Amino acid sequence: MLKIGPYEFSSRLLLGTGKYPSLDVQKEAVEASGAEILTFAVRRMNIFSPEQPNFLEQLDLSKYKLLPNTAGAKTAEEAVRIARLAKASGLCDMIKVEVIGCDKTLLPDPIETLKAAEMLLEEGFIVLPYTSDDVVLAKRLEELGCHAIMPGASPIGSGQGIINPLNLSFIIEQANVPVIVDAGIGGPADAALAMELGADGVLLNTAVSGAADPVKMAKAMKLAVEAGRLGYEAGRIPKKRYASASSPTEGMSVV
Amino acid sequence: MTLVINGEAVAVPDEVKTVGDLLAHFRLENKLCIVEVNVRIIQKHEYETKALCDGDRVEIVHFVGGG
Repeated sequence: MLKIGPYEFSSRLLLGTGKYPSLDVQKEAVEASGAEILTFAVRRMNIFSPEQPNFLEQLDLSKYKLLPNTAGAKTAEEAVRIARLAKASGLCDMIKVEVIGCDKTLLPDPIETLKAAEMLLEEGFIVLPYTSDDVVLAKRLEELGCHAIMPGASPIGSGQGIINPLNLSFIIEQANVPVIVDAGIGGPADAALAMELGADGVLLNTAVSGAADPVKMAKAMKLAVEAGRLGYEAGRIPKKRYASASSPTEGMSVV
Repeated sequence: MTLVINGEAVAVPDEVKTVGDLLAHFRLENKLCIVEVNVRIIQKHEYETKALCDGDRVEIVHFVGGG
Protein backbone atom coordinates (compact mmCIF):
# COMPACT_ATOMS: atom_id res chain seq x y z
CA MET A 1 0.00 0.00 0.00
CA LEU A 2 1.09 3.54 -0.72
CA LYS A 3 0.39 5.76 2.28
CA ILE A 4 0.34 9.52 1.87
CA GLY A 5 -0.68 11.39 4.98
CA PRO A 6 -3.96 9.85 6.12
CA TYR A 7 -4.67 8.20 2.76
CA GLU A 8 -3.89 4.70 1.45
CA PHE A 9 -3.71 3.64 -2.15
CA SER A 10 -3.25 0.25 -3.75
CA SER A 11 -1.96 1.73 -7.03
CA ARG A 12 1.49 3.25 -7.08
CA LEU A 13 0.95 5.01 -10.39
CA LEU A 14 -0.20 8.63 -10.24
CA LEU A 15 -1.52 10.02 -13.49
CA GLY A 16 -1.61 13.53 -14.90
CA THR A 17 -4.65 14.67 -16.85
CA GLY A 18 -3.14 17.13 -19.34
CA LYS A 19 -2.85 17.04 -23.11
CA TYR A 20 -4.93 13.99 -24.04
CA PRO A 21 -6.19 13.83 -27.66
CA SER A 22 -9.82 13.61 -26.48
CA LEU A 23 -11.92 13.25 -23.35
CA ASP A 24 -12.95 9.73 -24.34
CA VAL A 25 -9.35 8.59 -24.79
CA GLN A 26 -8.50 10.22 -21.49
CA LYS A 27 -11.28 8.42 -19.63
CA GLU A 28 -10.20 5.09 -21.07
CA ALA A 29 -6.54 5.77 -20.31
CA VAL A 30 -7.28 6.71 -16.70
CA GLU A 31 -9.27 3.49 -16.33
CA ALA A 32 -6.52 1.38 -17.91
CA SER A 33 -3.82 2.93 -15.73
CA GLY A 34 -5.48 1.80 -12.52
CA ALA A 35 -4.35 5.12 -11.01
CA GLU A 36 -6.21 6.31 -7.93
CA ILE A 37 -4.55 9.72 -7.74
CA LEU A 38 -5.05 12.17 -10.60
CA THR A 39 -3.37 15.53 -10.94
CA PHE A 40 -5.10 18.65 -12.19
CA ALA A 41 -4.22 22.30 -12.76
CA VAL A 42 -6.23 25.33 -11.63
CA ARG A 43 -7.03 27.82 -14.39
CA ARG A 44 -9.46 30.58 -15.25
CA MET A 45 -12.79 29.34 -16.52
CA ASN A 46 -14.21 30.52 -19.82
CA ILE A 47 -17.39 31.93 -18.32
CA PHE A 48 -18.93 32.60 -21.71
CA SER A 49 -19.10 28.92 -22.65
CA PRO A 50 -20.39 27.05 -19.60
CA GLU A 51 -21.30 24.03 -21.74
CA GLN A 52 -17.67 23.26 -22.49
CA PRO A 53 -16.99 19.69 -21.32
CA ASN A 54 -14.75 19.34 -18.31
CA PHE A 55 -13.00 16.08 -17.54
CA LEU A 56 -13.34 16.39 -13.80
CA GLU A 57 -17.11 16.71 -14.04
CA GLN A 58 -17.27 13.39 -15.85
CA LEU A 59 -15.20 11.58 -13.26
CA ASP A 60 -16.56 9.32 -10.52
CA LEU A 61 -14.98 11.21 -7.65
CA SER A 62 -15.56 8.36 -5.22
CA LYS A 63 -12.94 6.35 -7.14
CA TYR A 64 -10.18 8.94 -7.32
CA LYS A 65 -8.28 11.32 -5.08
CA LEU A 66 -7.51 14.65 -6.69
CA LEU A 67 -4.02 16.04 -6.52
CA PRO A 68 -4.21 19.60 -7.85
CA ASN A 69 -0.92 21.22 -8.72
CA THR A 70 0.26 24.79 -8.35
CA ALA A 71 1.64 24.86 -11.90
CA GLY A 72 2.02 28.38 -13.21
CA ALA A 73 3.32 29.65 -9.87
CA LYS A 74 6.75 31.25 -9.83
CA THR A 75 6.74 32.30 -6.19
CA ALA A 76 5.70 30.68 -2.93
CA GLU A 77 2.89 33.20 -2.53
CA GLU A 78 1.45 32.36 -5.96
CA ALA A 79 1.62 28.66 -5.16
CA VAL A 80 -0.18 29.18 -1.86
CA ARG A 81 -2.92 31.17 -3.58
CA ILE A 82 -3.50 28.42 -6.15
CA ALA A 83 -3.50 25.78 -3.42
CA ARG A 84 -6.12 27.67 -1.44
CA LEU A 85 -8.30 28.03 -4.53
CA ALA A 86 -8.02 24.28 -5.14
CA LYS A 87 -8.94 23.46 -1.56
CA ALA A 88 -11.92 25.82 -1.64
CA SER A 89 -13.47 23.45 -4.19
CA GLY A 90 -14.15 21.21 -1.22
CA LEU A 91 -12.88 18.26 -3.23
CA CYS A 92 -9.33 17.84 -2.01
CA ASP A 93 -6.76 18.64 0.64
CA MET A 94 -3.69 17.25 -1.12
CA ILE A 95 -1.55 19.65 -3.11
CA LYS A 96 1.34 19.12 -5.49
CA VAL A 97 3.58 22.12 -4.86
CA GLU A 98 5.09 23.08 -8.18
CA VAL A 99 7.01 26.36 -8.33
CA ILE A 100 8.94 26.65 -11.55
CA GLY A 101 12.20 28.59 -11.50
CA CYS A 102 13.32 28.24 -15.11
CA ASP A 103 11.05 28.51 -18.14
CA LYS A 104 13.29 26.56 -20.45
CA THR A 105 13.89 23.50 -18.27
CA LEU A 106 10.77 23.83 -16.08
CA LEU A 107 12.96 22.88 -13.17
CA PRO A 108 11.60 23.80 -9.76
CA ASP A 109 12.73 26.78 -7.73
CA PRO A 110 14.03 25.08 -4.58
CA ILE A 111 13.79 28.10 -2.31
CA GLU A 112 10.26 29.08 -3.29
CA THR A 113 9.20 25.42 -3.18
CA LEU A 114 10.47 25.11 0.38
CA LYS A 115 8.72 28.33 1.42
CA ALA A 116 5.44 27.30 -0.21
CA ALA A 117 5.58 23.86 1.40
CA GLU A 118 6.10 25.40 4.82
CA MET A 119 3.18 27.80 4.43
CA LEU A 120 0.83 25.12 3.14
CA LEU A 121 1.76 22.65 5.88
CA GLU A 122 0.87 25.32 8.42
CA GLU A 123 -2.54 25.61 6.78
CA GLY A 124 -3.13 21.89 7.11
CA PHE A 125 -2.64 20.77 3.53
CA ILE A 126 -1.30 17.33 2.61
CA VAL A 127 1.81 18.57 0.83
CA LEU A 128 3.61 16.76 -1.99
CA PRO A 129 6.35 18.99 -3.41
CA TYR A 130 7.77 18.51 -6.89
CA THR A 131 11.52 18.96 -6.44
CA SER A 132 14.74 18.46 -8.31
CA ASP A 133 16.67 15.31 -7.45
CA ASP A 134 18.65 17.16 -4.79
CA VAL A 135 19.26 14.92 -1.78
CA VAL A 136 19.59 17.69 0.78
CA LEU A 137 16.55 19.57 -0.46
CA ALA A 138 14.52 16.36 -0.18
CA LYS A 139 15.68 16.04 3.42
CA ARG A 140 14.78 19.62 4.20
CA LEU A 141 11.30 19.16 2.73
CA GLU A 142 10.81 16.03 4.79
CA GLU A 143 11.97 17.82 7.94
CA LEU A 144 9.36 20.50 7.32
CA GLY A 145 6.71 17.81 7.47
CA CYS A 146 5.96 17.21 3.79
CA HIS A 147 3.85 14.08 3.33
CA ALA A 148 5.77 12.85 0.28
CA ILE A 149 8.72 14.01 -1.80
CA MET A 150 8.44 14.09 -5.57
CA PRO A 151 11.83 14.39 -7.25
CA GLY A 152 11.90 14.70 -11.02
CA ALA A 153 13.50 12.01 -13.18
CA SER A 154 14.31 14.57 -15.90
CA PRO A 155 12.68 17.78 -17.15
CA ILE A 156 8.86 17.83 -17.31
CA GLY A 157 7.49 16.40 -20.54
CA SER A 158 10.96 15.62 -21.88
CA GLY A 159 10.58 11.84 -21.82
CA GLN A 160 14.29 11.53 -21.09
CA GLY A 161 13.69 9.04 -18.31
CA ILE A 162 15.86 8.74 -15.21
CA ILE A 163 18.94 10.84 -15.74
CA ASN A 164 20.43 10.48 -12.28
CA PRO A 165 19.48 7.15 -10.70
CA LEU A 166 22.22 7.61 -8.10
CA ASN A 167 20.70 10.78 -6.66
CA LEU A 168 17.23 9.27 -6.75
CA SER A 169 18.41 6.22 -4.87
CA PHE A 170 20.09 8.44 -2.26
CA ILE A 171 16.81 10.29 -1.77
CA ILE A 172 14.85 7.04 -1.59
CA GLU A 173 17.24 5.39 0.89
CA GLN A 174 17.18 8.33 3.26
CA ALA A 175 13.53 9.30 3.12
CA ASN A 176 11.03 8.36 5.80
CA VAL A 177 8.11 9.57 3.73
CA PRO A 178 7.01 8.23 0.33
CA VAL A 179 9.20 9.20 -2.62
CA ILE A 180 7.28 9.57 -5.85
CA VAL A 181 9.34 10.00 -8.99
CA ASP A 182 7.62 12.78 -10.90
CA ALA A 183 8.30 14.16 -14.37
CA GLY A 184 10.46 13.10 -17.26
CA ILE A 185 9.31 9.48 -17.53
CA GLY A 186 9.29 8.45 -21.19
CA GLY A 187 8.49 4.75 -21.38
CA PRO A 188 7.57 1.77 -19.23
CA ALA A 189 11.24 0.89 -18.66
CA ASP A 190 11.75 4.27 -16.96
CA ALA A 191 8.78 3.72 -14.67
CA ALA A 192 9.95 0.20 -13.83
CA LEU A 193 13.48 1.46 -13.09
CA ALA A 194 12.13 4.13 -10.74
CA MET A 195 10.23 1.47 -8.84
CA GLU A 196 13.19 -0.93 -8.86
CA LEU A 197 15.26 1.82 -7.27
CA GLY A 198 12.75 1.67 -4.43
CA ALA A 199 10.50 4.62 -5.25
CA ASP A 200 7.10 4.41 -3.60
CA GLY A 201 5.33 5.65 -6.69
CA VAL A 202 5.62 7.25 -10.11
CA LEU A 203 3.75 10.29 -11.37
CA LEU A 204 3.59 10.76 -15.11
CA ASN A 205 1.45 12.50 -17.68
CA THR A 206 2.95 13.14 -21.13
CA ALA A 207 4.37 9.61 -21.38
CA VAL A 208 0.75 8.40 -21.55
CA SER A 209 -1.17 11.35 -23.01
CA GLY A 210 1.42 11.90 -25.75
CA ALA A 211 1.81 8.23 -26.69
CA ALA A 212 0.50 7.09 -30.08
CA ASP A 213 -1.96 4.90 -28.17
CA PRO A 214 -2.50 6.48 -24.74
CA VAL A 215 -4.80 3.71 -23.51
CA LYS A 216 -2.30 0.98 -24.29
CA MET A 217 0.52 3.03 -22.78
CA ALA A 218 -1.53 3.60 -19.64
CA LYS A 219 -1.81 -0.14 -19.23
CA ALA A 220 1.90 -0.60 -19.97
CA MET A 221 2.75 1.93 -17.26
CA LYS A 222 0.49 0.20 -14.77
CA LEU A 223 2.25 -3.11 -15.42
CA ALA A 224 5.70 -1.49 -15.39
CA VAL A 225 5.08 0.12 -12.01
CA GLU A 226 3.82 -3.17 -10.63
CA ALA A 227 6.74 -5.12 -12.10
CA GLY A 228 9.28 -2.63 -10.82
CA ARG A 229 7.80 -2.70 -7.34
CA LEU A 230 7.72 -6.50 -7.25
CA GLY A 231 11.32 -6.58 -8.43
CA TYR A 232 12.33 -4.17 -5.70
CA GLU A 233 10.57 -6.20 -3.04
CA ALA A 234 12.03 -9.43 -4.41
CA GLY A 235 15.58 -8.05 -4.24
CA ARG A 236 17.59 -8.18 -7.42
CA ILE A 237 20.91 -10.00 -7.66
CA PRO A 238 24.08 -7.96 -7.38
CA LYS A 239 25.92 -7.18 -10.61
CA LYS A 240 29.07 -9.28 -11.16
CA ARG A 241 31.95 -8.66 -13.49
CA TYR A 242 32.16 -12.23 -14.83
CA ALA A 243 29.78 -15.00 -15.72
CA SER A 244 28.51 -17.55 -13.24
CA ALA A 245 27.00 -20.71 -14.72
CA SER A 246 23.35 -21.43 -14.07
CA SER A 247 23.75 -25.17 -14.83
CA PRO A 248 25.77 -27.43 -12.51
CA THR A 249 29.40 -27.95 -13.49
CA GLU A 250 29.48 -31.39 -11.81
CA GLY A 251 28.08 -34.58 -13.27
CA MET A 252 28.81 -33.74 -16.89
CA SER A 253 28.35 -36.76 -19.15
CA VAL A 254 31.52 -37.01 -21.24
CA VAL A 255 32.03 -39.37 -24.20
CA MET B 1 -22.25 47.57 -13.00
CA THR B 2 -18.96 46.56 -14.49
CA LEU B 3 -16.83 43.85 -12.94
CA VAL B 4 -13.36 42.71 -13.90
CA ILE B 5 -13.89 39.00 -14.39
CA ASN B 6 -10.82 36.89 -15.09
CA GLY B 7 -8.97 40.02 -16.12
CA GLU B 8 -11.62 41.37 -18.50
CA ALA B 9 -14.09 44.18 -17.91
CA VAL B 10 -17.58 42.67 -18.11
CA ALA B 11 -20.85 44.60 -17.77
CA VAL B 12 -23.47 42.72 -15.77
CA PRO B 13 -27.17 43.60 -15.37
CA ASP B 14 -28.44 45.35 -12.24
CA GLU B 15 -30.12 42.16 -10.95
CA VAL B 16 -26.67 40.74 -10.26
CA LYS B 17 -26.05 41.69 -6.66
CA THR B 18 -24.23 38.72 -5.16
CA VAL B 19 -21.72 36.07 -6.21
CA GLY B 20 -24.62 33.61 -6.41
CA ASP B 21 -26.44 35.95 -8.83
CA LEU B 22 -23.31 36.29 -10.93
CA LEU B 23 -22.85 32.53 -11.27
CA ALA B 24 -26.54 32.13 -12.16
CA HIS B 25 -26.26 34.92 -14.73
CA PHE B 26 -23.51 33.06 -16.55
CA ARG B 27 -25.26 29.69 -15.98
CA LEU B 28 -22.37 28.48 -13.87
CA GLU B 29 -24.36 27.67 -10.72
CA ASN B 30 -23.96 23.92 -11.22
CA LYS B 31 -20.41 24.06 -12.51
CA LEU B 32 -17.48 23.03 -10.44
CA CYS B 33 -15.77 26.36 -9.94
CA ILE B 34 -14.08 28.46 -7.30
CA VAL B 35 -14.65 32.20 -6.92
CA GLU B 36 -12.34 34.86 -5.64
CA VAL B 37 -13.38 38.51 -5.19
CA ASN B 38 -10.65 41.10 -4.73
CA VAL B 39 -8.15 38.33 -3.94
CA ARG B 40 -10.36 36.77 -1.24
CA ILE B 41 -11.76 33.30 -1.81
CA ILE B 42 -15.53 33.20 -1.45
CA GLN B 43 -16.67 29.96 0.17
CA LYS B 44 -19.78 28.32 -1.23
CA HIS B 45 -21.91 29.18 1.80
CA GLU B 46 -21.13 32.87 1.21
CA TYR B 47 -22.32 32.91 -2.41
CA GLU B 48 -25.77 34.28 -1.64
CA THR B 49 -24.57 36.90 0.83
CA LYS B 50 -21.36 38.16 -0.74
CA ALA B 51 -22.36 41.44 -2.39
CA LEU B 52 -20.56 42.63 -5.51
CA CYS B 53 -19.62 46.23 -6.18
CA ASP B 54 -18.73 48.09 -9.35
CA GLY B 55 -15.10 47.49 -10.22
CA ASP B 56 -14.70 44.33 -8.13
CA ARG B 57 -12.04 42.00 -9.42
CA VAL B 58 -13.59 38.56 -9.73
CA GLU B 59 -11.69 35.40 -10.55
CA ILE B 60 -13.66 32.32 -11.51
CA VAL B 61 -11.39 29.29 -11.79
CA HIS B 62 -11.80 25.56 -12.20
CA PHE B 63 -9.79 22.38 -12.56
CA VAL B 64 -8.34 21.62 -15.96
CA GLY B 65 -6.08 18.84 -17.18
CA GLY B 66 -2.55 19.12 -15.85
CA GLY B 67 0.38 17.03 -14.71
